[in-house]
Amino acid sequence: MIRGADSRMNRANAGAIANIGILGTSAGAVVIDAGTSLGQGRAIRAAAERLAGGRIARVYVTHLHPDHSYGIAAFDPAVVATTAPVLVSLRSGLAAYADGLYRLLGAAMTGTEPTLPGTVVADGVEDIGGRRLRLLTLAGHSAVDLVVLDEVTGTLFAGDLVFHGRAPATPDAQLDRWRAALDRLLTLGHRRVVPGHGPVDPTPDTAIRQTRAWLDWLERTFHEAAARGLSLAEVGELPIPEPLATLAEARYELQRSAVHLYPGVEQRALGPVQRAP
Amino acid sequence: MARIAHLLRQFRLAFLASCLAAGAPVMAGAPADPLASPIWAHRLAEVLGPSADVRVDPRLKLLVPVVTEDQRSFPVLVDGRALAAVQRLIVLVDLNPLPVPLDLDLPDAEPFVALRIRLDQRTPVRALAQLADGTWVAHGVWVDAAGGGCSLPPVSRARADWAQGLGQAQARAFVDSDGGVRLRARLRHPMDTGFVADAPLYHLDRLDVRDAQGRPLARARIQASLAEDPVLTLKPRARPGDTLVVEAVDTGGIRYAAKAAVPAVALQTAGR
Ligand SMILES: [Zn+2]
Repeated sequence: MIRGADSRMNRANAGAIANIGILGTSAGAVVIDAGTSLGQGRAIRAAAERLAGGRIARVYVTHLHPDHSYGIAAFDPAVVATTAPVLVSLRSGLAAYADGLYRLLGAAMTGTEPTLPGTVVADGVEDIGGRRLRLLTLAGHSAVDLVVLDEVTGTLFAGDLVFHGRAPATPDAQLDRWRAALDRLLTLGHRRVVPGHGPVDPTPDTAIRQTRAWLDWLERTFHEAAARGLSLAEVGELPIPEPLATLAEARYELQRSAVHLYPGVEQRALGPVQRAP
Repeated sequence: MARIAHLLRQFRLAFLASCLAAGAPVMAGAPADPLASPIWAHRLAEVLGPSADVRVDPRLKLLVPVVTEDQRSFPVLVDGRALAAVQRLIVLVDLNPLPVPLDLDLPDAEPFVALRIRLDQRTPVRALAQLADGTWVAHGVWVDAAGGGCSLPPVSRARADWAQGLGQAQARAFVDSDGGVRLRARLRHPMDTGFVADAPLYHLDRLDVRDAQGRPLARARIQASLAEDPVLTLKPRARPGDTLVVEAVDTGGIRYAAKAAVPAVALQTAGR
């Protein structure tokens, strides 16, 4: 695995904040997620080729967020795969990030163009060079989130459905579906989890339960705040309880999540629609 | 495309700066700007008039998040309750083409307002408070308008049914833990800035808060740099059992009205 920086995207980390999975097979390397830029994608490709004898057999893309998808251009499109629902979400949403990424990361984005995977795979087991990889399309962190379970080692590559030691990001989250996806992940029988962000969880459920605890706290906090009449600015300043306060980027992600999710909660709390007589 | 947009933004800033260098009115009495804004003196003269007496004072509290997650809806809170007898509050965004999203008279309300604004680019965001003697207090911060993190917000949002929402308002009153009253109002409006093709300038223009007898408590003048579907939080001086009336009108003459009854007690929340 190539560890992402457990922080926000900035010029110092060149956007390399997501974890990248690499598995060796007799057919070549399997890569899970492609990084943020053409340059990062190329570095991932070089590392995977070195580790797995010079060939890339497969690159899976878990979801549309750019720290996972903008490095696709570094790979032969034919080996880059995702499931049909993820491809739909990439097709409609990927290009919109380009302007912001260039502005935020500058030269690190040189040559990067949003690129789609060239291969569509179905949920179920894909056998690559004798390595059985189980694909499962879920949702909640974004509109569609793919997870990959390596059946040989029991390693679950959970994409951004699971964060570990770092506060989850919610720009496209649907909390109900995210919680349902986490419940489903707890039933897969895996042994360890590679989260989208944060260190590997050597247990099956610690990171999954931590992600769930953060989401539950967010939702409860936003509802209580709306009932008290707090403004969006005040919600971003609310105290974060232990142990959630120790997660990396906790305040930053609370303030982002407030922008994503609080307006909807507040709208429902402000009472019936009224009109001038 | 991304690079072109970036260059255009740089160009626009340079253009603005050169316009200002070429003899725009500058206020003689502007205090030194701790934020070193390129157009501080110009904006002060434009908004407060050339002879306003202004000083910088951080007791005028300005609360903004550490990250600009959505340039179209950036939360700002201004709290001037540590100053004596504030009559008027202005939110000033130096480098916005529409620099005053909200200008609020406070005939009978605490100097407190929370709102969401549009940010055009990296800019100082400031609160200005006018005291009873007519002088002004200012406090501001630089805000970076670039989004960030796991995902950057898309630059445009489809808006299919916006016309149906015109005239719709919600209002609710709360009692804060300090016993003060808090009024929140949400008004459906696209708040078109006129800078987007096929959408000319069109925005909420005036908002008034009165008590049930029609006595004015707060009065706002609004520009289109207030975020779409504005949500305002104010602290009018009122008592449990009072009814607060919010009325607004947009630049096309569409009227808004909503009432909110002040509840008897503060809502208790568990675990805090
Ligand atoms: Zn993500």
